[in-house]
Amino acid sequence: MGIALASESAGEDMLRFITCGSVDDGKSTLIGRLLFDAKVVPDDHLTALTRDGRHYRAFGDMPDLALLVDGLQAEREQGITIDVGYRFFSTARRRFIVADTPGHEQYTRNMATGASTADLAVILVDATKGVLRQTYRHSAIIALMGIRQVVLAVNKMDLVDFQEGRFDEIVAAYAAMAERLGLTAVTAIPVSALLGDNVIRPSAAMPWYRGPTLLHHLEHVSARPREARPFRLAVQWINSDGAGFRGCAGTVLGGSVQPGDEIVVLPSGVRSHVDRIVTYEGDLARAVAGQAVTLTLAEAIDVARGDLIADANRPPHMTDQFASHLIWMHEAPMLPGRPYLMRLGTTTLTAAVSELKHQLDISTGLRKAAKQLAMNEIGFANLALDRTVPFDTYGENRETGSFVLIDRISNATVGAGMIRFPLRRAANLSWHNFTVDKAARSAIKGHRPAVLWFTGLSGSGKSTIADAVEKRLLALGRHTYTLDGDNVRHGLNRDLGFTDADRVENIRRVIETAHLIADAGLIVLVSFISPFRAERGLARERLEGDQFVEIFVDTPLAECERRDPKGLYRKAREGKLKNFTGIDSAYEPPEAPDIHIRTAEITVEREVDIVIDALRERGVFD
Amino acid sequence: MPVSHPYLQELEAESIHVLREAAAAFRRPVLLYSIGKDSSVLLHLALKAFYPARPPFAVLHVDTGWKFRDMIAFRDRRMKELGFNVHVHMNRDGVAHGIGPVSHGAAVHTDIMKTEALKQALDLHGFDAAIGGARRDEEASRAKERVFSLRSATHRWDPRGQRPELWRLYNGRLNPGESIRVFPLSNWTELDIWTYIERENIAVVPLYFAARRPVVERDGALIMVDDGRLPLFPKEVPQQRWVRFRTLGCYPLTGAIESQADTLPAIIAELASSRTSERQGRMIDHGAGGSMERKKHEGYF
Repeated sequence: MGIALASESAGEDMLRFITCGSVDDGKSTLIGRLLFDAKVVPDDHLTALTRDGRHYRAFGDMPDLALLVDGLQAEREQGITIDVGYRFFSTARRRFIVADTPGHEQYTRNMATGASTADLAVILVDATKGVLRQTYRHSAIIALMGIRQVVLAVNKMDLVDFQEGRFDEIVAAYAAMAERLGLTAVTAIPVSALLGDNVIRPSAAMPWYRGPTLLHHLEHVSARPREARPFRLAVQWINSDGAGFRGCAGTVLGGSVQPGDEIVVLPSGVRSHVDRIVTYEGDLARAVAGQAVTLTLAEAIDVARGDLIADANRPPHMTDQFASHLIWMHEAPMLPGRPYLMRLGTTTLTAAVSELKHQLDISTGLRKAAKQLAMNEIGFANLALDRTVPFDTYGENRETGSFVLIDRISNATVGAGMIRFPLRRAANLSWHNFTVDKAARSAIKGHRPAVLWFTGLSGSGKSTIADAVEKRLLALGRHTYTLDGDNVRHGLNRDLGFTDADRVENIRRVIETAHLIADAGLIVLVSFISPFRAERGLARERLEGDQFVEIFVDTPLAECERRDPKGLYRKAREGKLKNFTGIDSAYEPPEAPDIHIRTAEITVEREVDIVIDALRERGVFD
Repeated sequence: MPVSHPYLQELEAESIHVLREAAAAFRRPVLLYSIGKDSSVLLHLALKAFYPARPPFAVLHVDTGWKFRDMIAFRDRRMKELGFNVHVHMNRDGVAHGIGPVSHGAAVHTDIMKTEALKQALDLHGFDAAIGGARRDEEASRAKERVFSLRSATHRWDPRGQRPELWRLYNGRLNPGESIRVFPLSNWTELDIWTYIERENIAVVPLYFAARRPVVERDGALIMVDDGRLPLFPKEVPQQRWVRFRTLGCYPLTGAIESQADTLPAIIAELASSRTSERQGRMIDHGAGGSMERKKHEGYF
């Protein structure tokens, strides 16, 4: 396409940049101009554009270049950019990825998204309006997101008669602002996106400007500092080919690595050495940041997805708390103390804001006290994690110093964070400023408590199902405990026999124990014959607040007797066992169990599915 | 080792990263294989991402019954060579009702035999992630789509409710019934694809290379007469012309371009001077503006 044919010359590379500006600054027009003048806009797109332009906006005889960029129909109709759009073009020198993001305030989150992968930011200022609050806001987000290279594109120079004085004024005003924000590498360029001046071709109307055009600058700027950072690789996937190969697949997120290097696997802290760097093309002698490789280690040690492999001599921080900037991205506000899932590197854990230090007014730079963060608000907070994890600060490494927060129920991405510094245990105030109650206990476990009450005849398969359900729950990362005849009768209830009175007391104690365990936040599986409706009713009443789920394991008596796993039916029939349920003591089947499992009709696997689905439906977990 | 093109290496690494995330994040991911050049690159990247092990994905082809014969032959040959057991799904209801692009028009055909068929296949196998070769440079609404793109339980895309996607942190968490479309080639352009195919020596369907083929001209598009499935209008006589395809779909819906480019370097040179877009030959894109976006809402890949 156009001049896009890549040359074979060395030094060619890629630049990812973001454009920031308000609705009227001409941001989309500028990108449209770059694409148009770089001749990467196909003719049929231009035709469609003229058609669309007539549909949506009158724009004289020229194609409306902004329409090239504003992809979604809603955006074209409203004449605004509502989301992050990515555009591509290349010149003989470089391949470009442009993130075009909205300018108005409610879309701060999208600008942060676009900035998160950008090497450079182009900040547009309308020459007729000068530096505005939003210019500050855009620059502050850019600084927050760790972008060091900034281009200040002073646009619409045609509307101020291409005056040098106006340009200088704006540049001076911006310089003061940039310094405050710590943006040190700013290049200012006067342009007219509409007419194309200083975008790709030097402007004849501005002979006073001797600097590069925008494209020339983008082609030549060195935006990726290659300082020697310590080696980092987040393990994505354990590669084992079934023939004895075992490697850690992941992308090098910092520094470089060579066979023989000493590394440490975190959080375990076990040290080893790199044996091979495996790729499809063959082993590498060295891998650098950005490369996707598979490492094998010299020593057989335990490594899993989520682990960070790091330079043993320059390891990352390891704590369960850190201070971080947070950008909130969801309608539901961030509430301190509420647990969220945190995605950090390739690991997922539970985290909560233990203290919201302040909210940052991004338009003024002022800090103010806040109890929560609403969408598009930025805060500075201490975060407490449910375990110790390895990380770098965002300044040290953007890849290993960033995280997103995910809502546990909706699974929406609700926030993004940049880690500023680790907090030591001594500074640990984390979980103390909210009440430790059932909700708090269950929240850190990632599910609500529940009592699964399995009732049914002896030999009906209660324990088999309860056992299989518990195994599945464990595999899902849920916290469980099982109460059954074996572990209760032999201890807590060993003073009780099998008279009706003892049976009632037996169940009463089981109910109270289940209640205590549920209060601790666990999912309790109770597997008892519990033959009487009255006592199950008591259980329901007492455990209602604990999500009581009555599960009727329905197996016909004849079948139970045929199975007779413990030989009890035989003994009862022979009269050696008194008060045996189903023989000489009644079993009152539940009239309306929460779950009714007819064991004769389905497999245990299917029974487990039914229980798990019911728990999901009840919101015990998602 | 292939030399130069560091940016291709960067794109490759990024795609491999995404493929590995997809493998780790989902219970039952499937790679959607459309037989085209992007799918060929995607498969190649999958082989690289999990080397020396095999890609841990099922492979699915949604067949409309109207693919070029060369495509089906290529699919069967490549899948055998690469040792993949491909699931081929066709919408049986659509077949029973005789749905086709000629009889029912592009819109109905695409909706029933592609969009609907894809949903059927995903539901049938319980796939919770579908990995596809779509690229952001193909079409304006694609440019806004995430790499991990959420679909509702009814497979709908909500462009205004997309999850923010920052750094390399992809959110693949699902509520019951939801699924994710994964686009590892999001940041590739058509030219990148061809440059990479040349660099990596990746096999593609011969229809991409120019040859003398029988075509008829309809509504300004060159439609290849692949076999008897295309009814000819009275007085319509196929002509032998030098043509090739930039994109491959259902053959009565995919226009050829006149071209002499019969090698990879020739294709790359042709693209570099081309003034039309890749999907220009695709009939489904040319409804009212926003046509593709509408289809994507409804679950089209």
